[in-house]
Amino acid sequence: MTITEKILAAHADKDYVEPGEIVDCRIDLAMANDITAPLSLEEFEKVGAKKVFDPNKVVFVLDHFTPNKDILSAENCKRIREFSIKYGIVNFFEGGQCGIEHALLPEKGLVVAGDVVIGADSHTCTYGALGAFSTGMGSTDITYGMVMGRIWFKVPESIKFHCYGKWQKWITGKELILHILGMIGVDGALYSAMEYTGDAIGTLSMDSRFTIANMAIEAGGKNGIFHVDEKTIAFMKEHATRPYTVYESDGDAKYKQIFEIDVSKVGFTVACPSLPSNAKDAGELGSVDVDQVVIGSCTNGRLEDLEMVAEILKGKKVAKHTRCIIIPATPAIYGEAMRRGYFQIFLDAGCIISPPTCGPCLGGHMGILARGEKAVATTNRNFIGRMGHPESEVYLAGPAVAAATAIKGKIVRPEEVI
Amino acid sequence: MILKGKVWKFGDNIDTDIIIPAQYLAHTDPRVLSQHCMEPLAPDFAKKVKSGDIIVSGTNFGCGSSREHAPLAITGLGIPLIIAKTFARIFYRNAFNKGLALLEADISDLVEDGDEIEADISQGIIHCKGKEIHAKPIPPFMEELINEGGLINHLKKKLEG
Repeated sequence: MTITEKILAAHADKDYVEPGEIVDCRIDLAMANDITAPLSLEEFEKVGAKKVFDPNKVVFVLDHFTPNKDILSAENCKRIREFSIKYGIVNFFEGGQCGIEHALLPEKGLVVAGDVVIGADSHTCTYGALGAFSTGMGSTDITYGMVMGRIWFKVPESIKFHCYGKWQKWITGKELILHILGMIGVDGALYSAMEYTGDAIGTLSMDSRFTIANMAIEAGGKNGIFHVDEKTIAFMKEHATRPYTVYESDGDAKYKQIFEIDVSKVGFTVACPSLPSNAKDAGELGSVDVDQVVIGSCTNGRLEDLEMVAEILKGKKVAKHTRCIIIPATPAIYGEAMRRGYFQIFLDAGCIISPPTCGPCLGGHMGILARGEKAVATTNRNFIGRMGHPESEVYLAGPAVAAATAIKGKIVRPEEVI
Repeated sequence: MILKGKVWKFGDNIDTDIIIPAQYLAHTDPRVLSQHCMEPLAPDFAKKVKSGDIIVSGTNFGCGSSREHAPLAITGLGIPLIIAKTFARIFYRNAFNKGLALLEADISDLVEDGDEIEADISQGIIHCKGKEIHAKPIPPFMEELINEGGLINHLKKKLEG
């Protein structure tokens, strides 16, 4: 069996499962945010449930339209807050405790290797970086999970991405996942588990692994998953609040497809409008004038991302008529970036530093695009109208290309500004 | 159940940001959400579509976000059925949970906007342009869920039982 199959089998109290099988699994965590929880709570009321299955294992993160963008968003947050108080929800995050959910939960140690996690947010697949099975669902499924502590899954087929070779400077997990999306397309892993192995994965930081797992959904994947190694264990030792279980794929595990990827050939991949799979190299785009750069999100708002951006922006200025918004993903990342002096570099360069929020990534608030404007973003989606007006455009990139683009006001490779 | 309706055709990879843009996600009322359904791609769609009409699409319909507002925006217009070559997985679960029927069949090239089609949901048989097309069968487990009246009714029964 693969890691994914083993985790699902263990949570269904079975010795063996196979792709296509429907299993009823115990869950270790059910999560929702300020735009998906309101629908979950409506269903919770409809079924007449009296309690959640475990107040320690239901998580609410008010990160999307916060700090509250309008009255309706404020009402939604209020409702979730009141629910959390009434039902004794332990892990309720808002205000100065709140960060972008998929950066926050691993940091708070709420997810560990071997877990089954469901979240009413498609990027819940992020936690696969820790060797957990985690996947996004709708609000109604989350209600079921919140009440029963279980949920049904169809066991996915697995696709293996075996990565080898030496990484080029400034290339991160973001360039790799955009490269993979370019190879397989936005439905290339439909309903499947995307499993990453190989020496080149071992040399990647946890931050980069979170980025790769995060975008499994952009290939239609059910989950992304990584093997647990010394870096994963070190991360969990620092953060985890519970014991973890390590699962390994068997030598004879079955894969639907196996891809061999030489990461030394992965360049500065950028996904052009309006699909995450529309991959090109930053160097071959010609002259694309950029109105806004967004550096942040559950994909790329972690410390390693900000470190890279600070290194490139140090002593430089953001181009005139280009806005650069930097969003540290959690209060802890925010504080550490400040202590390390990155904030002074960002401010001197003319960047805007935003509180942790999903805001502009989904065209919610805090950086919406006008008709005809173009943005480069380290976020995860560039669908039509994703960041604002339907005639605005988003290019997805890694942190180095985004920072270099902010300086030049057009999309460039980082070596053009160093 | 047999449904008859006029076709509204959309392409491949119709994502949830098209189905219902994020700026409206603070709303939960299907009647409000439905007024903005498909707005970035077809701003007149919500005004022109009639209750009972059917969406026909290509591959990967509903890709992107997990927002349940997407099936709600569609059912809010009275659209009972989507026929697409393939569906994104979160949307697939959400649609069934919200009482929106989905059939997987490749009929996009056979039909045009405004064509009348007929679909037998339980049998998965579609009649269009004088042809009979068999959709991929709904997984038996999901059929059971539908017969129970969806996941929430299933949960209600469990809590009552």
